[in-house]
Amino acid sequence: MTASLTRRYGNFELAEDCAQEAFVTAIRVWPERGIPSQPGAWLQRVAERRLLDRLRRDQRFQTKAAAAMAPVAEDGDDRLQLMFACCHPALSRDAQVALTLRVVAGLTTAQIARAFLISEAGVAQRITRAKRKIVNAGIPLRLPTPGALAERLAEVLAVLYLMFNEGYLASTWEGGQDRSLAEDATWLAGLAVQVLPADPELLGLLALFKLQLARSAGRFAPDGALVLLADQDRSTWDQLGIREATELLERAAKLGNPGPYQLQAAIASCHALAPSWAATDWLMLLRLYDRLLGLQPSPVVRLNRAVALWHVAGAEVALHEADGVIPELGRYHLLHSTRAELLTELGRTEEARSAWERALELTLNPAERRYIRARMDSIASC
Amino acid sequence: MRYLMMFVGEEEAGEAEQAKVMQQVGGWWEKYSQSGAIVGGERLKPSSSATTVRFGGSAPSISDGPFAETKESIAGYAVVQVPDLNAALEMAKSWPASPVVEIRPIWED
Repeated sequence: MTASLTRRYGNFELAEDCAQEAFVTAIRVWPERGIPSQPGAWLQRVAERRLLDRLRRDQRFQTKAAAAMAPVAEDGDDRLQLMFACCHPALSRDAQVALTLRVVAGLTTAQIARAFLISEAGVAQRITRAKRKIVNAGIPLRLPTPGALAERLAEVLAVLYLMFNEGYLASTWEGGQDRSLAEDATWLAGLAVQVLPADPELLGLLALFKLQLARSAGRFAPDGALVLLADQDRSTWDQLGIREATELLERAAKLGNPGPYQLQAAIASCHALAPSWAATDWLMLLRLYDRLLGLQPSPVVRLNRAVALWHVAGAEVALHEADGVIPELGRYHLLHSTRAELLTELGRTEEARSAWERALELTLNPAERRYIRARMDSIASC
Repeated sequence: MRYLMMFVGEEEAGEAEQAKVMQQVGGWWEKYSQSGAIVGGERLKPSSSATTVRFGGSAPSISDGPFAETKESIAGYAVVQVPDLNAALEMAKSWPASPVVEIRPIWED
């Protein structure tokens, strides 16, 4: 569509803007009036009308067209509806995430590109492909029927989880975290809870977000350095947030259908409620990790379980576990830093040093890089 | 919108099982024909009966068998007229026979 408009009016940027606006109009109008019999032609007409308006306006004011309006709906319910629409199972996960961030959260393609460490052109392409699929395949952009809502929820939860983590652990810029993306994900999860108050995994996910946010004040020192959970000043944690999350988790547990998000939240809450690192209930954590591993047998869960195992059964056993996931997680920096800590405790200094070096090679986050350097120095001075 | 529903099945299902499934397919087809959703469609003979014509050389070449050699092949198709993809998905989810259904929008412009 952009191509044909560009051919006829000779302005790619304007054509792209108008195609985009036509698409946004479709999102608003189609759910009410139904998808037109020829959606492609409909979009073309709307885009062309918009383009002619803009050209006239431009002539009058001799100014460049304003950038395409960010298609953010003001009303919370609208945003939730859009989110469920963007998470249609007929779209790929990449497309769901990119569309949600662009259309629901109102991020620019540049911001999305930064959050996912891919090129801007790559994001633009994902969004273009997603829009093409929506139009061509006749995907209705409306809140699914109550029956289909729960089914669609799994997709929404996965997208929110990704969105939160990208915000919370973003690895590209100084300062280390983009709170607003994480807060947006939390807000959307909260809205979803209002619509689906009795879905245990949704409650679990919201609890998990709230627990992470509640502890985030302690994650970085004033100079931007990363502070590990073991060394965090627990008085900086937001006790109200922790209490809210704990209540959500209890509500979820009463529904009697445990799942991976609830277990992750339970693990986070176990840490949040511990008065200190030393007084953490490691046996409980190990049990929770065992159950999580049963539901979600991923190498990352195995690695995290190894840390709990360290405190229950010692460094030797934990190292054996961590070594077990080297084939799968060889490029994951936290595997190498975990091994480094375990090797240090076992007095295998040389091996610890090379594990730290490997971890350093694999992380981009400046705060984490500084932390690793500091740990390497502390070994050197031993 | 109109969609083509392709029913992809594994070849060589057991005979007794086959008869039971065909009865369920009959019921499904009846239901959606009466509602007006199905506007056309047929069951196809096994892919071993297919003949493929390829262009590209100096003359079209003709060969025995389907265009792609896979375990799965198209066992039948329906053309459906429904409001949107969700409606097509609802139909496809209740399809009683072959293990895969591909839904493709029909070019309308």
